[in-house]
Amino acid sequence: LYASVAGVVDRVNKLISVLPLKTRYNGEIGDVVVGRIVEVQQKRWRVDTNSRLDSILALASVNLPGGELRRRGAEDELSMRKYLVEGDLISAEVQNIYHDGSLSLHTRSLKYGKLGQGCLIKVSPSLIKRRKTHFHQLACGASVILGNNGFIWISPIRGEDAEGGFTQNLEVVPEAEREAIARLRNVILC
Amino acid sequence: VLRMAGYELLSDQGLRLDGRKPDELRQIKTRLGVFGQADGSAYIEQGNTKVLAAVYGPHDMRESRLRPNAEKVVVNCQYSMAVFSTGERKRRPRGDKKSLEMSQHLKQTFEATIKTELYPRSQIDIFVEVLQADGGNYCACVNAATLALVDAGIPLKDYVTACTASLMLGTPLVDISNLEATTGGPELTLAAHPRSGQIVLMEMSHRFHIDHLPEVLDVALEGCKNIYTILDKAVRRHVSNRGASIGWDKE
Repeated sequence: LYASVAGVVDRVNKLISVLPLKTRYNGEIGDVVVGRIVEVQQKRWRVDTNSRLDSILALASVNLPGGELRRRGAEDELSMRKYLVEGDLISAEVQNIYHDGSLSLHTRSLKYGKLGQGCLIKVSPSLIKRRKTHFHQLACGASVILGNNGFIWISPIRGEDAEGGFTQNLEVVPEAEREAIARLRNVILC
Repeated sequence: VLRMAGYELLSDQGLRLDGRKPDELRQIKTRLGVFGQADGSAYIEQGNTKVLAAVYGPHDMRESRLRPNAEKVVVNCQYSMAVFSTGERKRRPRGDKKSLEMSQHLKQTFEATIKTELYPRSQIDIFVEVLQADGGNYCACVNAATLALVDAGIPLKDYVTACTASLMLGTPLVDISNLEATTGGPELTLAAHPRSGQIVLMEMSHRFHIDHLPEVLDVALEGCKNIYTILDKAVRRHVSNRGASIGWDKE
C-alpha cells in the first residue's frame, strides 16, 4: 500500500488516510474563514480563501446595511461595490460546498462581515484545529479570529457592531494596542 | 576526443575526472521547505549543479477561464537559469528557446506524475531556478520539483526521478557532469517512476548504435532508483522533523 503524499498516518477503524504536512484549505460546512475579495461578479463576490478554488459569497448571503430583510433587487446588484470591493477582507462562515469543491460563504450573523483595522497572518491550514469558537478576545488587549483556512486576523478590541458588519471603524488605533497586535503576530509566526 | 590537454575522461583505473567510478552518482544534498511563501519548495545539489524549485498551488485559474479541460489540473512550469549559473554570464535567464523547451519537458513530466484528476479547474505552478549549472540540469530540476511537490502536499502517483547516462569506450557512465557531456560521448537523459520502472521522458543528445541502448538505459534506470532512495530518505527525515516540532506524535 503506497501513499501519494508525505505526512502522518491517520487511522480510524479500517480507514487509513495520510494527512500531508501542508495543504490548501479543504472546506467543511460550518467553518469560520477569513478571505479576501478577488472579484465582483453579477450577483456575488469571489473570495480567495487559500483553497484550490476561489469561494463564492452570494449577494443573498450577506446582511444588508441597516439589517433590513428584503428581496435583493436590481439596485442592490448595482451597488454591490458600495458594500465590498476587490481587496477587502471579510470573515464569513461556510454555508455549502458546490459539487466541484468550491465553497459557498455567508455573513448572515453580526459577528461576520468586512474587517476593519488589524493584521492578517497566513499560516498553513493544517495548523488550525477545529474548535467551538474561532473568535477570541485576549486579555492582552487584542481580539483574534482564527480562520480555518489558515488566515488569522488580529485586531484591536471594539464593541459590537450593530450595522451588519459593513462599516469599518477607521479611528486611529492607539500605540499600546498596536504593540499588543504586533507582539501577537510575532508569537504566532515563530 | 577522449584525451585532451593531459586529462582523460575515463582513466585506466576506471575512474572519471572527479574520481567517481562509472556507476557512481554525484553527491546529493537536499533541503525541503526553503521558502515561506510558496506552498512547497525544495533545494537540491547534485555535485556542482544547484537547483531551487518552488510550487504554488493548486489554486484557482484567475487569468483565463477559457481553458477547455475541466477534468484535470493545469500544470504550468517555468524553467529559468540564473545569469551567473553558467561559465559565461547568461544574457537571457528565461524566455529563450532552450528554456521554453525545458519548461515543456518539465510540464509533460509532471502532468504524467501528478494525480491530475483530483483538481479539476485548478492550476499548479512550478518554478524552477538553476543557480549553478554543471550538467544534468533537467535531472536536477525534475528531482527538485518532485521534492517541492511532496513538500506542498500535492498527491503524486509515484516519485519521478531523473538521471543522465553516457557511453565511453564501451563503459556506460551515470550522472555525467558538464565537461563529460560537452567533450565526451552521447548523453541519454531519462526521467522515470522508480518504483514501477516506467519511463516518463527520454532524451538523447547524439546518436549511438542501438545495440548499446539497453545497457545505457539500464544504467540510467538504476541511477533513477538510487536517486529515489536518497530523496525518499530526505523526505521522511523532513516530515518526521516537522511533525515532531508541531507535536503530531502526541495526538
